[in-house]
Amino acid sequence: MSVDRRSMLKILAGGGVAAASAALPTKARAPLEVPPAAMGMLYDTTLCIGCKTCVVACKSANDRTPDPGPWGEEALYDAPVDLNGKTKNIIKLYKDDDYRSYMKMQCMHCVDPACAAACMLGSLKKNPVTGVVTYNPDYCVGCRYCMMSCPFNVAKFEFDLAVPNIVKCELCSHRIEDEATLTAGFTRYPEGQGPACCEVCPREAVIYGRRDELLEEAKRRIAASPGRYYEDRVFGETEAGGTQVLYLSHVPFAKLGLPEDIGDKGVPDVAYSVQEGIYYKVPFAIPVAMYGALAFVMFRNRKANEGEGGGKP
Amino acid sequence: MSGHSVVHTPVGGRIMTGTMKVLLTIVALSGIVVAIRFLQGIAAVSNLSNGYPWGVWIAIDVVVGTAIGCGGFAVGILVYILNKGKYHPLVRPAVLTSLLGYGLAVIAVTIDLGRYWGLPKVPIFVWRWTHSPQLEVALCVTAYVMVLLIEISPAAFEKWKDSKNPTLRSLSASGMRIMDKILLWVLALGLLLPAMHQSSLGTMMLLPGPKVHPLWFTPWLPFLFLVNCIMIGYAVVVLEANFSSRAFGRPSETPMLASLSKVAAWVALFWGVFRLGEVAIAGELGLIATGKGMFFLAEVVLVLLAAAILFSEKNRNNPTWQVRAALIMLVGGALHRVNTYLIAFDPGANYHYFPSVPELLITFGIIAAEVAIYIAVVKTFPILGGHGPGPARSKA
Repeated sequence: MSVDRRSMLKILAGGGVAAASAALPTKARAPLEVPPAAMGMLYDTTLCIGCKTCVVACKSANDRTPDPGPWGEEALYDAPVDLNGKTKNIIKLYKDDDYRSYMKMQCMHCVDPACAAACMLGSLKKNPVTGVVTYNPDYCVGCRYCMMSCPFNVAKFEFDLAVPNIVKCELCSHRIEDEATLTAGFTRYPEGQGPACCEVCPREAVIYGRRDELLEEAKRRIAASPGRYYEDRVFGETEAGGTQVLYLSHVPFAKLGLPEDIGDKGVPDVAYSVQEGIYYKVPFAIPVAMYGALAFVMFRNRKANEGEGGGKP
Repeated sequence: MSGHSVVHTPVGGRIMTGTMKVLLTIVALSGIVVAIRFLQGIAAVSNLSNGYPWGVWIAIDVVVGTAIGCGGFAVGILVYILNKGKYHPLVRPAVLTSLLGYGLAVIAVTIDLGRYWGLPKVPIFVWRWTHSPQLEVALCVTAYVMVLLIEISPAAFEKWKDSKNPTLRSLSASGMRIMDKILLWVLALGLLLPAMHQSSLGTMMLLPGPKVHPLWFTPWLPFLFLVNCIMIGYAVVVLEANFSSRAFGRPSETPMLASLSKVAAWVALFWGVFRLGEVAIAGELGLIATGKGMFFLAEVVLVLLAAAILFSEKNRNNPTWQVRAALIMLVGGALHRVNTYLIAFDPGANYHYFPSVPELLITFGIIAAEVAIYIAVVKTFPILGGHGPGPARSKA
């Protein structure tokens, strides 16, 4: 036996210690804060009547082609069954024996977005002031790691095109004409420049504005009608590190397809603790040290072998 | 390097054999599918969806494919770090297998990427780099393919040493001179880079955490992936050496492979016990009773079974059992990777994934191309150790 047990164990133990020290960093990653002028939306299931005006408005504001859904290409309808490459916003219905509730789904604009953490060149980026997560195809290679990573299954892709893009709600940031307005930290956008879904909602079931004000409004509604809302809880206040789109619901969030047990930590927490622990805590120190150690051992081995009078490589 | 001089010779013989024609037919068929994919989009040929954005192209062609390409890394640890020079004859064929595994993984990625033309931006646009674990994988794999090309280049220089073409002769002479100076630094990089990106391949699946089954979601995933690729690397080297000695009538290397198999058995035992132990300590053993538990059990049982077979001295000195155990180890190790990327991934109700026939055809085309290039290269270039009995007995 050429590699004796001892040296094998040594290398395994060495690797284990290296990985352990790196994979389980002593200091976890600092949680991301809500941006200073975080914009968002508040959706209230008790107000929504399922008219889907918001779906239509979203399509036209974002220039998306109709999706005939299960009816096939020849049909008249725009009937998407879920968010997809043609649909950035959708209304669904949850119904069982006791409850019936509509559900609006679009990007949650997470405080700590997993999609942006996944993106290699920052094609998906969180605006440092408004917190809106936007997409710039110029730096996108179409790897779809953002789709894998999104805990809400929001990021979608144009699988049917030869030149595809990632498709997701960008809180209608393209409708804002004045860049100064975007970063000023206001309460409302000028008419016609806000999220199309909110502007057309006939029942104000979905409204937009600053996240702190929306959160206040949500808590006011809960206080005004005790027992009306599930667990007296605003989904998105703390979930997954907080989201800028907030939900009030009269049915359990899980029934609406929201991961209500996701916890309060940002989704990228574990992966980034590992990755930043290894590569960025002291930038590239671990790989450089490993390289030095490897080269040193190899150099020593070569010297030893030459001493034995061995041949050339 | 190790002080043991090794003679490599080309196998020689006809390249366009019956086997080669079958392989090239598969490659050509998958080439048609690739053309359709580039003209009409990914949906035209695959079952990838908005729920399952990654399928067999990533899980098998890339994540398993690069692990199969870890033979060079795994044997390199033995030869260059633990200074076990007797394995030196295995290095060059292992480096070739690695180059093919990684090279074709890069091709598979390009087929899978929706906006592949943006790929050159990734290494260039340094100012836009994020801390994404996938960025680390992308950069490291690119660098490693170049390292493998340098590592394999002496085979070409040796072939051209006595060439009739004076340009090739001088290229060979200066190439060998340069190699003499830089080889150690390149070889060290060849051990560092796989350790980095293979563990990052594990880190990558920590980001979709909420959608990954808890039996696979553990901060130890990077470490599990690292040990896993070393284990698969040894299994592939054993398989490749057995294949070469049978297909090309090369002298059998059974005793050396038996001792390598014992190393593999220890790594596999460590991996299996660590995998089980980690789940046990996390208090998740109960999850084995759930639907996906059997996939967990399958990977652990296969890996431990391979180790058990190879701990018997009689078995590992028997080429048949050697190959069987290496296959079991390869399947078990690869299953962990496919499980992590596909089986453990659950985007929620209403989404299902099973690869389509054209999608699988691309995967088969990648594997066929790998085997075809391997055969063509070992026949033309001095890759395999020792002197063969000549082309007359070559079967592939």
